[in-house]
Amino acid sequence: MKFMWFHLMPYTELPDDFREKNPSVWVDIHSSLFDPRRAHHMYNDFMDEMEFAAECGFDAICCNEHHSNGYGLMPSPNLIASSLARRTTNTALCVMGNSIALYNPPTRVAEEFAMIDCISGGRLIAGFPVGSPMDTCYAFGQNPSMLRERYHEAHDLIVKAWTEKDTFAFNGRYNQQRYVNIWPRPIQRPHPPIWVPGGGSVETWQWCAEMDYVYCYLSYYGFKAGRATMQGFWDEMARIGKDRNPYRAGFLQFVGVGESRQHAFDLYSEAAEYFYGRCLHVDPRFASPPGYTTEATQRAGIQGMVQRAAANSASATPSASRIGNTPRPTEMKQIVDEGYVIVGSADEVVEQLREVATDLNVGHLMLLLQFGNMGKDLAKYNTKLFAEKVMPKLHPLFSEWENRWWPQPMENTQRAEVPAYLPKVAAE
Amino acid sequence: MSEPETLTVDVNGFPTRVWRKGSGPKLGFLAGFGGLPRWVPFLDKLAEQRTVIVPSLPGFPGGERGHSVLDNQLDWVLAVRELLAKAGLVGADLAASSVGGALAAEMAAIWPDSVKKLALIAPFGLFDEADPATDPWAQRADNVAGLMCADPEIWKALKAVPDGANSVEWPIEQTRANEAAARYLWPLGNTKLEKRLPMIKAPTLLIWGEQDQIMPRGYAERFAKGISGPTRVRTIAGAGHLAELDRPAEVAAAILEWTA
Repeated sequence: MKFMWFHLMPYTELPDDFREKNPSVWVDIHSSLFDPRRAHHMYNDFMDEMEFAAECGFDAICCNEHHSNGYGLMPSPNLIASSLARRTTNTALCVMGNSIALYNPPTRVAEEFAMIDCISGGRLIAGFPVGSPMDTCYAFGQNPSMLRERYHEAHDLIVKAWTEKDTFAFNGRYNQQRYVNIWPRPIQRPHPPIWVPGGGSVETWQWCAEMDYVYCYLSYYGFKAGRATMQGFWDEMARIGKDRNPYRAGFLQFVGVGESRQHAFDLYSEAAEYFYGRCLHVDPRFASPPGYTTEATQRAGIQGMVQRAAANSASATPSASRIGNTPRPTEMKQIVDEGYVIVGSADEVVEQLREVATDLNVGHLMLLLQFGNMGKDLAKYNTKLFAEKVMPKLHPLFSEWENRWWPQPMENTQRAEVPAYLPKVAAE
Repeated sequence: MSEPETLTVDVNGFPTRVWRKGSGPKLGFLAGFGGLPRWVPFLDKLAEQRTVIVPSLPGFPGGERGHSVLDNQLDWVLAVRELLAKAGLVGADLAASSVGGALAAEMAAIWPDSVKKLALIAPFGLFDEADPATDPWAQRADNVAGLMCADPEIWKALKAVPDGANSVEWPIEQTRANEAAARYLWPLGNTKLEKRLPMIKAPTLLIWGEQDQIMPRGYAERFAKGISGPTRVRTIAGAGHLAELDRPAEVAAAILEWTA
């Protein structure tokens, strides 16, 4: 199986009373909380951590896109990925991803991803998220009633821009371009692997299966909460006649490795409580712009609630407005009990992750080993322990399956030599 | 309160509900934010003296998914023009609230002969950075009722699932109304209507709920200043954004007097 080291790049110095004094970590978080000189150090620490993860042997390093967000400092993940392309050699670069409905025209994504693929020698995984309501509709002002239509049209345009040899005209509902002919073109043929992060919508599962894309369930709430979604995904794959190749799926999990369970629990409590307490403090008024959730998904959700209510003999009136309003624990004991963060000695983590991977049947495990306000030293400790003591024992899992969704880079012998950066030499 | 006659007209392939009640000269009404999932006392008040005709806006309750094929201002304006024509409202007096108000103003501006007299209740369509309208789509669910009506219970009663209604489809229809408004007005409610206000020649009554928490009262003057025809501003005490729901008798009386 594949191990992918994921960074959200959280601002690490939100104040202790952040929750009490601020309505939201996202959209309208106050600019006075952001110190660019501190962010200089954060960005550099974060990129050190990602490069370290690559050195430690992780199969991929992952970054993603957020806007006006106190826990995600990457409005443009492509900037990070292009830097990492120069400072890593064999690690896959997973940009998870670009919210393609937001780019005008979307050929911008085709171009930038092609650049990263060329610079890195064909190591890019191209993630195409719809994007959260907070990012897309509120921070970026995209119309929630058109977001999904724009997403699908942008996808069609980008794939065609990557694959069509001749200059073509694109006559879309939302995008019209007379001359589409991107330079550069991606190394990977027909194009870099496309991965789609999604929630629990049946339409997304069907679309991923039809297009042969990897479906990723990126929840902050761990394997216990993710079980039902992944079960639904595999049921749908079975229904439409697809195999259970675990590499069809990706799953995100927070992990903290220590000497023992108690040691790990103590070591990662502060960072976990910072993340679940401050970073997920999102004002529910930004959770459900009308039209963001399709009517089919609303219908399924309401019917699900009706069925659950009926099963409980309750007579509660169903409401579509519960999304984003669920209270979640913010204390370490509950965080661990609920499975949001897996903690333990290396062997204990191996056993828990083996269970997660086999139970959820996911071949791509995306790991958050830096989270919240965790400093560089602890992040590196966690990363190194995981790479040395956990990863080797789980790598053979799913070896009977072919991973058709992994990047196909150029042969090493054909790649450019990237000289190490030596500040002393540069200064001369 | 008796039920109106319900007709169905086709707009862009979507069956669209048109309510009709009363007798006398025709008076049209276009609903505000959230639409009209049920007949309301305000419409009965109008029907006491006039033939009141209420076409559903695309995507609003009674308007199916008509909004889903409307991609820009021109699409919206032409859809509503077709709706008015099929409802027999061309050349009649027209009243409209909130979201509907922005579209009614377009009708009067672009087709001056199509609207005899106009009454707008806290219409959308403008945006002033120095005096911004409240964002109706970024609200906690339990705050919406109090933003729409001075008496939140009136909004809640409007939106409550009626006995015998489909309890799955009903909430989806209410969300759809908010989506349709968003499709037309996202993100600021600014349709650049200000440029076209001088084209409005119809005598125009501007009605504002004194407790409107969505649309600032100052916008009434901006409308009055921009419109070429004679205008008058009426403030309704005890009413919120959807003044016709809070104070049906007073708002209906003001409209009937203006269009008499």
